[in-house]
Amino acid sequence: MITVEFLGPIGKPKLELEISNLNELAVVLQEDSEVKDWLQSCAVAVNDTLVSSLEVPLKDGDRVSLLPPVCGG
Amino acid sequence: MLSISNGALDVPTILKQWYEEESHSNYGAYIPFVGTVRSEDGIDGLSFDVYEPILYRWFSEWEKRAEAKGAKIKMAHSLGDVMLHESSYIAAVFSPKRRVALEFIDEFVEDFKANAPIWKYDLKDGRRIYAKDRSTAISGSGLLAK
Repeated sequence: MITVEFLGPIGKPKLELEISNLNELAVVLQEDSEVKDWLQSCAVAVNDTLVSSLEVPLKDGDRVSLLPPVCGG
Repeated sequence: MLSISNGALDVPTILKQWYEEESHSNYGAYIPFVGTVRSEDGIDGLSFDVYEPILYRWFSEWEKRAEAKGAKIKMAHSLGDVMLHESSYIAAVFSPKRRVALEFIDEFVEDFKANAPIWKYDLKDGRRIYAKDRSTAISGSGLLAK
């Protein structure tokens, strides 16, 4: 099971999904009306490390985070 | 040294503490930057969400960069609500010479604005409104839209 969490202003409860890579997650989230409009502007982290490829494999217990645009300070 | 605390920062205490921590470290320069909430667009204040695991990793990389230049970086940021004329952010660089610290604080704050996982909201009429137009997508964003 993979946990997917939506940080900051996205305001969506976490999901638990049976997926094996980020490509599968992209397909699921592109069909989710609450999230799809955020995808273009969100960075993605797996277990708190930012990733730059959809080919990242996921294993049971992994945690994926979506990070929308930031503004600290 | 990174600290995250609820509400407004106690600026005089933090600047004094940092000064005293490094007063015998043989740094010739101490350059702090303090971010204070200004009155604009009818806001009552700002509010912040912070994702600490990635923020600490991001900061740790900057600590290494500072060390490579013989410098030290410190940062404090608020979590939750910070009202007008209170401060939500302090960053400071200590270095042997002034030029390194001045350049480093500029680079650090620019990257902080672009990549630190912190989300800002305007507090207005009892509502908490995401500051979308002032926010920046972290580099590499859009992966899941492909």
